[in-house]
Amino acid sequence: MYQVNEEGFYGQYGGAFIPEMLYPNVEELRNNYLNIIETEKFQKEFKQLLKDYVGRPNPLYYAKRLSEKYNCQIYLKREDLNHTGSHKINNTIGQILLAKHLGKKRIIAETGAGQHGVATATVCALMDMQCVVYMGAVDMERQAPNVERMKMLGAEVRAAQSGSKTLKDATNEAIRDWINNPEDTYYLIGSVVGPHPYPDMVARFQSVISEEIKFQLNQQTGKKNPDYVIACVGGGSNAMGAFYHFLEEKKVKLIATEAAGMGIDTDETAASLKVGSPGIIHGSRTYLMQTPDGQIIEPYSISAGLDYPGIGPVHAYLNDTKRVEYLSVTDDEALQAGYMLTKTEGIIPALESAHAVAVLQKKIFKDNDIVVINISGRGDKDLATYIKKMKK
Amino acid sequence: MNRINQLLNNKKENILSVYFTAGYPELENTETIIVELEKAGVDLIEIGIPFSDPLADGPVIQQSSEKALANGITLSKIFEQLKNIRSKVSIPLILMGYLNPVMQYGIENFCRMAAQSGIDGTILPDLPLDIYEKEYKELFRANGLSNILLITPQTAIERLKIIDKATDSFIYMVSSASTTGTKGISSDILQTFTEKIHKAGVQSPRLIGFGISDKESFQNACRFANGAIIGTAFIKALSKKGDIKENIHQFVNKIIES
Repeated sequence: MYQVNEEGFYGQYGGAFIPEMLYPNVEELRNNYLNIIETEKFQKEFKQLLKDYVGRPNPLYYAKRLSEKYNCQIYLKREDLNHTGSHKINNTIGQILLAKHLGKKRIIAETGAGQHGVATATVCALMDMQCVVYMGAVDMERQAPNVERMKMLGAEVRAAQSGSKTLKDATNEAIRDWINNPEDTYYLIGSVVGPHPYPDMVARFQSVISEEIKFQLNQQTGKKNPDYVIACVGGGSNAMGAFYHFLEEKKVKLIATEAAGMGIDTDETAASLKVGSPGIIHGSRTYLMQTPDGQIIEPYSISAGLDYPGIGPVHAYLNDTKRVEYLSVTDDEALQAGYMLTKTEGIIPALESAHAVAVLQKKIFKDNDIVVINISGRGDKDLATYIKKMKK
Repeated sequence: MNRINQLLNNKKENILSVYFTAGYPELENTETIIVELEKAGVDLIEIGIPFSDPLADGPVIQQSSEKALANGITLSKIFEQLKNIRSKVSIPLILMGYLNPVMQYGIENFCRMAAQSGIDGTILPDLPLDIYEKEYKELFRANGLSNILLITPQTAIERLKIIDKATDSFIYMVSSASTTGTKGISSDILQTFTEKIHKAGVQSPRLIGFGISDKESFQNACRFANGAIIGTAFIKALSKKGDIKENIHQFVNKIIES
């Protein structure tokens, strides 16, 4: 009941609100994505690459000290150990294979912090495809090492100079590129956002996370399901991946954390579900941060990966139906959680993932509760921020 | 009959439609621009509703939207500015914009206010055809609004037929795969495009937009349709220093002088 319907909607959310210029591209995808990705040949190639290239399955790690500290049974899903350092690569591997099947020659992508850009540039190098990554001019400055990394991988990084020069504008520029290059170009979207079928497609590629959690937990504990699964949400792809195979398991409580930035009662926030309202962003009907007049508001979060004014339409639906509980976590709470995890388990999480870890400081769990937290990425890219804030 | 259809009945070729961004260059220019465009001999006007994230637009219209928003334009303000426009002009008027501001205003309110202001049609590029037909068609028709649909050289023949059937005034032909104001037009592409349109048996009148900037490209485009639409080049003309009325007349004269 939580799957996308035939028209591409999750309840009233989703759809493909795109100008006619994009219709043929999106229609081509919509007509073909399931046929292609469900074939044995595709699945074999996809799984092989996830295993040999990405390094899957990554561990479901029983965090003993953390469990003692919070008096429950905590397991960390280690997406941070993937090649390129986050869950993003699961999706880029899937979509680059799809692009190849569709005969596309050129890949475009948007990126905020650069994680999806790096994951895209990586698979383009692997598959020998031309790669153009759009990145906000402001983000290029903030995340300079990732820009160099993408260039080293052979990608061309183009600065988005419009609007606020961040992720939202990079996405606009990528869409404009796609309008201008409708035939040979494939738009590799990095999250469960955009017009149908992207949200569903990205969720499917990321669903390997919950597939592994289920299997690994059963092997380690004999239990069929955890009591809780926790993940952070910007666009919402790692959360969808971690929740996917538990959505129909009603006893599994699912918690997602949005970035509150300086707080949801301030203007400096990225908690789209808390402060937003339904509208259209990047081709899909979902919650977004907007003025009463319908202009999109620039979000803020310390974590560039959560710094997006919308949220995947499936999350808007899961919020309405209360299947997932959405909490908001401030910059400070996330930083504290990041330091805490580092000291307790020797794992430096990405600032995004630290927003998920922060739930431990917000909720009380029972001592036999099995709590799985998705560590979506590693914190190397955020070291400068961690160090700067630590000195304060 | 709706003013757009009256125009299409009376004039079969060289129809000139001009787009401008409401609230640009100055907040209160809307009425002046409409009045002067009519005086200058334009046939049809598209009033752009600015949006923070105009996906289908190139840099010029993006910047004009940004400026207009900074000037304080809103959809409510636009309707305020249009309140008495029908006592001043009789030219067909179309509101063009992205769906989100219209949704937040409320689509019913939008249609009602548009009708009250004497608006004849809408172009909402990111409102999908199937949703329009299912949810909004009755509402738009009841308010006398013609919803104009886009086609591109990549539009499939089957879809051309569907769009033709759904059209009650004219079809907006996007000249090539592009955002606004980025490329010129190509006779080869338009030739192939037009052949495809004929093959699909399209009956509706058509205007060509995107990439038309001067007399030459206007006349060239008019060989393939009933007329053409100019946006970006007009925004550039409005951006020039000097008297806005003079700029408008000078620009239009250059396009239509014989």
